[in-house]
Amino acid sequence: MKCQQCEKQAVFHITELETGSVRELHLCEDHARVYLNQAEGSGGPAEDAEGSGAAPGGAGSLNAGLGVGQTADELAVLDQKACDMCGITFFEFRNQGRLGCPHDYVQFAKELEPLIANIHGATEHTGRRPSRSKQLAGDAAGDAAGDAAADGTGELTGVIGLRHEMKEAIACEDYEKAKENRDAIRAIEDRWIPTDRPERQE
Amino acid sequence: MQTMKLESLTQSIGEWLRGTGPESDIVMSSRVRLARNLPQYPFVSRASEQDRADIERFLRERIAMAPVGKSLESIDVGGLEEIDRQFLVERQLISREHADAQGARSVAIDQLEQVSLMINEEDHLRIQCIHSGLDLRGVWEQIKVVDEQIEQVVPYAFHPRFGYLTACPTNVGTGIRVSVMLHLPALVITRQIDKVFRSLHKISLAVRGLYGEGSQAMGDFYQISNQTTLGKSEEELVEQVGDVVPVLIDYERRAREFLVRETEQNVHDQVSRAYGILRTAQTISAEETMQLLSRVRMGVLLGLIGDVKIADINSLLIRTQPAHLQKLRGVELDTKDRNIERARYLRQHFEAGGQNVN
Repeated sequence: MKCQQCEKQAVFHITELETGSVRELHLCEDHARVYLNQAEGSGGPAEDAEGSGAAPGGAGSLNAGLGVGQTADELAVLDQKACDMCGITFFEFRNQGRLGCPHDYVQFAKELEPLIANIHGATEHTGRRPSRSKQLAGDAAGDAAGDAAADGTGELTGVIGLRHEMKEAIACEDYEKAKENRDAIRAIEDRWIPTDRPERQE
Repeated sequence: MQTMKLESLTQSIGEWLRGTGPESDIVMSSRVRLARNLPQYPFVSRASEQDRADIERFLRERIAMAPVGKSLESIDVGGLEEIDRQFLVERQLISREHADAQGARSVAIDQLEQVSLMINEEDHLRIQCIHSGLDLRGVWEQIKVVDEQIEQVVPYAFHPRFGYLTACPTNVGTGIRVSVMLHLPALVITRQIDKVFRSLHKISLAVRGLYGEGSQAMGDFYQISNQTTLGKSEEELVEQVGDVVPVLIDYERRAREFLVRETEQNVHDQVSRAYGILRTAQTISAEETMQLLSRVRMGVLLGLIGDVKIADINSLLIRTQPAHLQKLRGVELDTKDRNIERARYLRQHFEAGGQNVN
C-alpha cells in the first residue's frame, strides 16, 4: 500500500478515533513523523506556511492539506479523477502542485476546498470581480444569467475541451466533426471576446 | 505596442534602484503583481507549444488595444539570448522563472520601467507594477487601472467563489502579491534580523532575499510579501504589508542609531574597509560586491562616508550584476574575467568620482 501523501510504501497504519468517527491513515515513515508531530505540537495547519508563497515546487505543502482524513482507497479513486477539459488527473496535480486549467477549480472543487482553506485560511473570495464580464453577461441575450456563468469563464473553459476534440477529429479525418467543433468554439469566443476595439469609457 | 531594443536600457538604472521616494534610505521599492489567466486555454505548464504561441499572441494583441498598451513596448523573451534574459531579471522586469521557461513568452514594459506585463510565466499574464521607495498605495492605484483596462479587452478566468483562477492554488482569489524591498544592514549586524523574520511569519508574511525565491538575501536586501491571497480584499492585503513596513523601518533606524552610539569605531572601521576593498580590489565576485556596497550604503546614510551619493551606490548595485556588466562592456565574459572586469569597473568609477573616506 502506498503512503497517502507520497509515492513511498506506507509502513505506518494509524487509526484515529474521533468523536463519532474512525479515521484511517496509511503513511510512510517520513509523513508519519510529520503527522504525529503535528498532532502533538501546537503546529496547526497555519504553521505549515512554508512554501505557500509564490515558491515553485510547493507540492509538499499542498499535500499537507490532502490525504489526512481520507483512506488509501478513497485517495486512490480520487487520484484517478480527471478534468473533462484539460485531462489532468488529481494525482498529477498532487505531484506537480500546478493545476491544468481553470476548469479544474470547478471539476475538483470539493477536493480543492480543504486545500485552499489550509493555504489561505479562507475559501471565499472577497476582493474585486471582473466588471466587464458582468455587463457582457447582461447584454448577451440574457441566457447566461446564472451566477456561475455570469463572467463567461464557464463557457470559455469549454473551448479547451472542444479544441482537444477538434484535434482528435482531424487526426481521425472526421472533418465534419472538426468543423462542428470549430464552429462551436467560434460561437463561444464571439459571445465572450469582443472582436472590435472596446468603446472608450467616459 | 512597439518592440524594444535592450541596449537603450543600459543607460538608466530602472525604477527599483532609482533611490527616490518616501523612506528610500531603507525602502528600496514597493511592488504589486497580479496573476491572471485566460479561461479558454490550459494553464501554461499544461499548454502545448501551439497553445503558448496562441496565448502570447492573443494577449499581446489584446493588450495593445487597451489605453495602457500605447505606452508599452514588447520584448520577445523566448527569442532572447540568455544574457539578455538575465539582464531583464537583474532589472526585475521579468522573474527568473520567466527567463528560464520554455516556449513562446514575452514581456511588455513602459518607459519608466514601472509597469511590466509578463506573458506565459507560471500564469498566462502577470501584471507587475513597481515604484521606488515606500509607495504601496500609489502602486496599487496604478496597477488597478492597468488591470481594469486589460479586463475590458481580455476575458479573465474567474470563479464566483474562488475568485481569479491561477495555476497554483497558493495564488487563487485576488492573485495579488504585495511586496516591499528593504535594506536592513543594521538589523543584520546586530543579529536581530532572525527575530524580526520569525515575528513576520507569525502574521503570515513571507520574507525572501533579493531576486526572489530561494536566493540568499544578498547585500542585506530583503523582500517582505503577503502569503495568502484569498479571503481578504486587495486593499486589505496591501494594508497588511503596508502596516508592517513602518515598524521595520523603525527597528532598522534604531539599530543604526545603536550601532553609531555604542560601536561607532567598529562600524566606521567596517564601512571604511568595505569602501577600501571596492576601490582597490583586482578581482571581485558579484556577491561580495553586493555585500560591500550594502555596507558602504549604510555608511553613507550614517554620515560615516562623505562624497558618495546613494544614487551612485544604487547604480553600482545594478551595473555590477553579471549581465549588466557584460552589456556595459559589450562583450561576453566568463566568471573569472567578469570578476576582473567588475573590479576594474568599480575602481574606475570611484577614481572618477575622487571620493574620500572621512
